[in-house]
Amino acid sequence: MEDLSFRHPVRARASGARQSAIVGVVASGNLEVLVERVLPDAECAVDIKTAAVGFGEVWSAVIGDFVERYSPGGLRFSINDGGARPDTVSLRLAQAVRLIAENGQ
Amino acid sequence: MLDEIFASLFPDGHEVRRDKGVILGSATLRSGGRMLVLGVADRTALGVDEAIRLSGHVLDSIGRDSGPILVLVDSDSQRMSKRDELLGLNEFLAHLAKVLIHADTNGRPTIGLLYGHSAAGALLATGLATRVLVGLPGAEPAVMDLPSMAKVTKLSMEALQEKAKSTPVFAPGLSNLAQMGAVHMTWSNAASLADQLEALLANMPAARDQRDALGKERGGRLKAAEIAERVRDLALQAR
Amino acid sequence: MTAPLKDVTPAERARSTSFYEASARTRLELLLDAGSLIEFIGPEQREVSPHLKIFDLPEQFDDGIVVGHGRLDGSLVFVAAQEGRFMGGAFGEVHGAKLTGLLRAAREIGTIPVLILFDTGGVRLQEANAGELAIAEIMRAVMEARSAGVKVIGLIGGRSGCYGGGGLIAGCCSALAVSEPGRIAVSGPEVIETNRGVEEFDSRDRALVWRTMGGKHRRLLGAADVFADDNVQDFREAALELLGLVGPFGLDRLKAEQERLAGRLRSFGACGDAVDIWTAEGIADSQAVPELPADQFIALANRIGRTSRDAR
Repeated sequence: MEDLSFRHPVRARASGARQSAIVGVVASGNLEVLVERVLPDAECAVDIKTAAVGFGEVWSAVIGDFVERYSPGGLRFSINDGGARPDTVSLRLAQAVRLIAENGQ
Repeated sequence: MLDEIFASLFPDGHEVRRDKGVILGSATLRSGGRMLVLGVADRTALGVDEAIRLSGHVLDSIGRDSGPILVLVDSDSQRMSKRDELLGLNEFLAHLAKVLIHADTNGRPTIGLLYGHSAAGALLATGLATRVLVGLPGAEPAVMDLPSMAKVTKLSMEALQEKAKSTPVFAPGLSNLAQMGAVHMTWSNAASLADQLEALLANMPAARDQRDALGKERGGRLKAAEIAERVRDLALQAR
Repeated sequence: MTAPLKDVTPAERARSTSFYEASARTRLELLLDAGSLIEFIGPEQREVSPHLKIFDLPEQFDDGIVVGHGRLDGSLVFVAAQEGRFMGGAFGEVHGAKLTGLLRAAREIGTIPVLILFDTGGVRLQEANAGELAIAEIMRAVMEARSAGVKVIGLIGGRSGCYGGGGLIAGCCSALAVSEPGRIAVSGPEVIETNRGVEEFDSRDRALVWRTMGGKHRRLLGAADVFADDNVQDFREAALELLGLVGPFGLDRLKAEQERLAGRLRSFGACGDAVDIWTAEGIADSQAVPELPADQFIALANRIGRTSRDAR
């Protein structure tokens, strides 16, 4: 297992009212993303525990691209990864942002 | 070995027969009362045919007799066969466990005595369905055997044995199950089993399942009791 | 998901969602009244398994099970749903303790039923002793809850089936609903083959697996009382139906179960294959059972009429 951590300044607060949401499952080639609205509006954090060791640069690129596209201000993402491909990671992150943007708890 | 165990457990006599790996009968306690006796012997696999006889023995006794129930265990795993699964082995094993649990919570306290091997579904339906599970020195329970575990985890036997030194959570053995809270106590072979049985019967714990608390106290299962208690508290607020 | 969601009723969405394919959370969201699920010790609490790190394996924030309460047609129910894709839905220490705690509360309250959405290969190997003991505790908690008047309903239709100790817990439930892919057994096909050889059981023969352990055979045997088609709405309706059918538990149930199971051994104990059992049940074209669509199969099963009602 390898732990990775990314912090990014963000332009704008993520929309929606939910405090947390979870998508995905920890399985081979898959991952879960827990997103929580716990940070100041101009910050975003992504903490990753991954079974695939040595892919820090790939993660850095995927997360950088995600933050640029979605502006997830105020959100902390916690990821348990079973060795997902970058496109799967991007998909789950986008799903997580969409889910926490819904109204609800 | 079983004959010696019976001689030491029931010096005042017993009527216990062994047939195709199944133990059925009853015995006289030193206190004068009777004890229903059943179990699996000779490392026999527990299949549908064995399970139905054992559950029937307990059900026949309910309403007719009183007194505690002893479940002796030296079994293989559940019987692994097409026929047993075809006929619904899960129902037969569950039924045996249910009958034992029902008896225990309705005035017929149950004691399991692990004197040999046992594993997986067979242990769930017998020893682990009793109120107090006792181990005899030399008993070798193995929820999962290490070779199978090595195959699934793709780790070497050496690596698994090394890991087993630091935790009781996965490796076979009586002491590991005791640390988890599954085996309540281990009796001594040096003393009379009848004395140890009488001492236990005189001081039976309450029927409430306290194995998670026992596992925590012994340092083998640190999370189970706390998690169960937290969920229970939250759920009670749902009313 | 191409259709705009707001035009679809929850029932329609549940009807069009495969129970087999859905995640544990999606199953619960669609099974219960919309928006009613409240989870206990949710993923944000991060109560992960303390044992997987020994094996350098990834954890899941809910340890592979969702427990909580919600409403079913307006009535309060406790629910537990296993995630069959995480470690095969297997029982570990935390995973099992969440269900144990839920059942203990249900026993104390006595009137709120429990729905268990099984999806499990049995004991989690990496924490085998803790998992085995968790299953023993759950079995006892199920029986104590039932003795206190609680209805405990098992719903089985997930990708990991209901194997090992999961099959024993299912056997303790008040009633079961099962779909065709929802297999119920103790030893899995691979386990039997590994221990006894391919002559005993060929685990790659999927048709053999389905007809020996699958939902249709379990329904025809009377091990499950309701057969559900593989969608969440069907399981919701099955749960409601079973909650209406289940009566109080007592010694008479165990005596009846003894008779039911002994009778099964007398009638079918010499059968070599599920097809032989179905033929012995009086099904003329028993070879065709695996191919029957759900509605025709349900009609057939009802005609055969084997149930475990009042006998489990």
